[in-house]
Amino acid sequence: MSGEKDLEQLKREAVAKAKAEAAAKRAAREAGQKPAESAAPKQEETPVEATPAAGSGAGDADDLAKKKAAAAAKAKAAALAKNKREGIADEEPAAEAAAPAPGVPEAGAGDADDLAKKKAAAVAKAKAAAAAKRKAMELAGGADQASEPAATPEAPEAADAGAGGDADDLAKKKAAAVAKAKAAAAAKRKAMELAGGADQAAEPAAEAGGDDAKAKAAAAAKAKAAAAAKAKAAAAAKAKREGGAEDVPAGDDEKAKAIAAAKAKAAAVAAAKAKAAAAKGGAAGAGAAEAKPSPNQPYLDKYVKVIEENMGSEVLEDFYINKLSKDVPTLVVKREAYFKLAQFLKYNELLGFDYLSELHGTDFETHMEIYVHLYSYKNRQSVAFKVKIDRNEPIIESLQPVWAGADWPECEAYDLLGIKFTGHPNLHRIMLGEEWVGYPLRKDYEPYDVEV
Amino acid sequence: MIQEMLQSSPGWFNFIFFFIFGLVLLLVVLGFVTYSILAERKVMGYIQLRHGPNQLGGRFGLLQTVADVLKLLLKEDIIPKMADRPMFILAPVIAFAPSFMVLATIPFTDRFQFADLGVGLLYYVAVSGLTVFGILLGGWASNNKYSLLGGARATAQMISYEIPLVMSVLGVILLSGSLNLNDIVHAQKHGWFILLQPIGFIVFLIASTAELSRTPFDLPESESELVAGYHTEYTGFRWAFFMLAEYVYLFAMTALITILFFGGWMAPFGFLDFIPGAVWFSLKFCVILFLYLWFRSTFPRMRADKLMEFAWKILMPVALANIMLTAIIKSLFF
Amino acid sequence: MIKTEEMMLNVGPQHPSTHGVFRLVVKLDGEIITEAQPVIGYLHRGTEKLAENLQYTQIIPYTDRMDYLSAMTNNYVICHAVETMMGIEIPERADFLRVIAMELGRVASHLVWWGTYLLDLGATSPFIYAFREREMIINMLNELSGGRLTFNYMRVGGVKWDAPEGWIQKVKEFIPYMREQLAGYHSLVTGNEIFLNRVKGIGQYTKEDALQYSLSGVNLRCTGVKWDLRKDEPYSIYNRFDFDVPVQESGDAWARYQCRMAEIEESLKILEQAAEQFPEEGEILAKVPKIIKAPKGEAFVRIESPRGEIGCYIYSDGKKEPYRLKFRRPSFYNLQILPKLLKGENIANMIAILGAIDIVLGEVDG
Repeated sequence: MSGEKDLEQLKREAVAKAKAEAAAKRAAREAGQKPAESAAPKQEETPVEATPAAGSGAGDADDLAKKKAAAAAKAKAAALAKNKREGIADEEPAAEAAAPAPGVPEAGAGDADDLAKKKAAAVAKAKAAAAAKRKAMELAGGADQASEPAATPEAPEAADAGAGGDADDLAKKKAAAVAKAKAAAAAKRKAMELAGGADQAAEPAAEAGGDDAKAKAAAAAKAKAAAAAKAKAAAAAKAKREGGAEDVPAGDDEKAKAIAAAKAKAAAVAAAKAKAAAAKGGAAGAGAAEAKPSPNQPYLDKYVKVIEENMGSEVLEDFYINKLSKDVPTLVVKREAYFKLAQFLKYNELLGFDYLSELHGTDFETHMEIYVHLYSYKNRQSVAFKVKIDRNEPIIESLQPVWAGADWPECEAYDLLGIKFTGHPNLHRIMLGEEWVGYPLRKDYEPYDVEV
Repeated sequence: MIQEMLQSSPGWFNFIFFFIFGLVLLLVVLGFVTYSILAERKVMGYIQLRHGPNQLGGRFGLLQTVADVLKLLLKEDIIPKMADRPMFILAPVIAFAPSFMVLATIPFTDRFQFADLGVGLLYYVAVSGLTVFGILLGGWASNNKYSLLGGARATAQMISYEIPLVMSVLGVILLSGSLNLNDIVHAQKHGWFILLQPIGFIVFLIASTAELSRTPFDLPESESELVAGYHTEYTGFRWAFFMLAEYVYLFAMTALITILFFGGWMAPFGFLDFIPGAVWFSLKFCVILFLYLWFRSTFPRMRADKLMEFAWKILMPVALANIMLTAIIKSLFF
Repeated sequence: MIKTEEMMLNVGPQHPSTHGVFRLVVKLDGEIITEAQPVIGYLHRGTEKLAENLQYTQIIPYTDRMDYLSAMTNNYVICHAVETMMGIEIPERADFLRVIAMELGRVASHLVWWGTYLLDLGATSPFIYAFREREMIINMLNELSGGRLTFNYMRVGGVKWDAPEGWIQKVKEFIPYMREQLAGYHSLVTGNEIFLNRVKGIGQYTKEDALQYSLSGVNLRCTGVKWDLRKDEPYSIYNRFDFDVPVQESGDAWARYQCRMAEIEESLKILEQAAEQFPEEGEILAKVPKIIKAPKGEAFVRIESPRGEIGCYIYSDGKKEPYRLKFRRPSFYNLQILPKLLKGENIANMIAILGAIDIVLGEVDG
């Protein structure tokens, strides 16, 4: 049990660091974004005041439409859920700003934020009343809101400044390796913010904060859970799972959050630091410097460098050392770049992953994931690479043309999870037979034949 | 005695006499088959660190095979729906009949022989070749792919190996100057032909193993490849007929080797003449039979294409060379 | 003009040489295979689905039933995966017991392969000789674990039972005996001309093919890739022992045969050293929580089973059951190359090739 406590300690530290880091970043961003922001509130005022629900919903819908047209049909439901959630999300920082102590309350806020999100998705009962109340409050104060969110992040940031500076220094030391990722992440976020529209413009601060908070939300949640309410975390996890089905239609934002949460969760377990590196370029510095670097870190750096040099920085969604899995360098690749990256991994001189050790899919309810474990007999080094695919339309390129050994594993994934592999020469239901109904390894699988 | 009767004018007495004698021989052969199966199982058992049958009929399992035969008799006779019915029924008979016919010409002792044919050896080879029809027919009529493959393999194998088989005994025929099996035995009075014809013997042994479809040449019924080869679809007594044919051939072939290369019923040395011929014959017979059983539990199986290659590319030339050699020796020293 | 046509032949699911319920649909031109299509899944029990509702300790017996010829390595791979995630240190004695059990299992597994492979090739006796020695191993493992085939021996953090008194001595005595028998095997079979005819140059593939088709274990080593996870990604205490990784260059069934036979010897070496260094005293189970909960996250570990690289992927959401469990089953991957190898071969070679891959259907079908 003492080990767990250490973990908690580590987590809390990591949370604090990441937070400080985030705060520092926010400050930097805000400096640049002041003009945009000053304009934003004005824009926002109208929709928020007129039809608050529609307003935030519209902003979101934009985002949704851009990234996930398929979910359009459910946009309304998403908007509703989101509206509620955002209300809370926006409101939390305010509460946070008011809170005197920077550390714990913020963790609490992050937690609540996360929780609320999950709850909104699941329409959980327990806190529905409170949430609704808060929402109402927030909506009432719509006008204030526009200016307040912008201000709120600064408050904790100021409070955290000391710690933030520390973390920043550490981060800078490590910056060389992570700078790129950081830039990418920043760019991504910025793009998101801009696309987010009027509503988002006000939110970015909160979003940025929230984003950070999100990334470490689970960690925070855990820290808090240990300290106060473990049941709450459990409830959150449960809510999240239950809300899985809803999460998908809930849209990109929610999905991203869920992903971040899942990621953060894994990170929390891995003493939070490697994950922070993954979730956030900046935090990685703090994290990696804090714990002793993995022996495989140079390999990961090498892979990422080679990949980014040759394929651009856009292909990788994420990369980190998986401490749980014997420090295997893990790459999360974007859906579009999956096949190209696979080919690259195999045929690139420096990488030369000539052996496919394992390929399988997993149903994460919010999405599907393909996990591929590769090995290079030339360099005697492994890599795991993963890709997230849409659960409703699980289609992805087959790796069979690259590694012939992917043939049957892909058939198996198709058989048990329903992932379709395009370009596979003989995709068939290898285990259960063609007449089997349903995909058993999906979490929502119901046996067709009740006798079984 | 039989010889005289064969030459006497036909009559009811002759008919009944031959019939009874034939029946007796059949029973003797069946008895032999029963116990050779038992012997095979025992020998294989001991080679393989087990005991073989040891429950039924005393501690040597003497009645085990009898029980097996009874079981086969009582088993339901299944003829596959899509099989060629008449052919399917006929095939085991065709396979079995020649195996019994060849026994007629084999001299077990100087007295005990049914037909002392002038061309006994040729008769043996010719009649035994008929069995392959039964096997091919059975494989074909079963309408089973494994059976068909097994039947085809068996045909190819038996036809191929018949050639070196005959070639290898030509040396013996050259030395003895006769195709009559009795003459061949008598020609070995001063030395068995295995000493004069070692190459011929080895070729004959190999070719005969192939003719008998025994390991390492058991391709027609190689169970790990073709399930059971040509008799996959056969059950009960029809299947027993194929098995019977196989073991009767084993009996006949062993007897033939005894006669051709080991001096038949004759004692190895003159001073041992007081022991009856039948004893000598069975002793030699048992040794050779044991050799076959030994093969079976030792060797892996040959591959079909290698098997044919072996017959045509190795055994044939060797047998031919043996004939040449024998001819030279014969003209120089005899 | 003789018209010939191709014949479809179903080899299996009930066939003496498919080593279980495996079906091979082959197109034959005479006896030459023009196309082969393996059909698997007859033994699929949904282990991975079942595991999602089972606690980690409860999953262990299921792993026994995958590769039922070397259940110890299967036990190990799941325990190892959970231990890796939880960062559990295994007591030394437990590690020794595990290694001894696994290596005995490896010897037993190779013996079964040797016997059945020769049975496939038509030699009946070696099967029984191999099973005589295997029986001794099984008896030893029985004394250790209480099971003869499905041991359910290992636990997260160690092993379930300590070695009974005098057990290590038995292992020690077994080693010279096995060496002697192994020499006998070689003199009985290895030099046999007919056998060599059946295996030399049969089912040949190159190193590139082997890597391309994700082959592992002996199937990979027979092409000259010196790769053994015991050596190259050491797990447990394998780095304490001195042993070789037998490698052959030719990549045919003969090379695989030689590799496996040599591996028995190497396993005996490991056993010898392990039995020698076996600690007198010590815990056999680390201090682990009553209810094992792997931390949130994912892990993929792989170890060397007799058939190749067996891996275990766990995604845990912090509960006592895994969220997703996946086994990388070596037979499943190794079997993929079969259609390629069978093209243009005849039926007799089909058996020789299939047998040389060394599959266990329980593992192929998961």
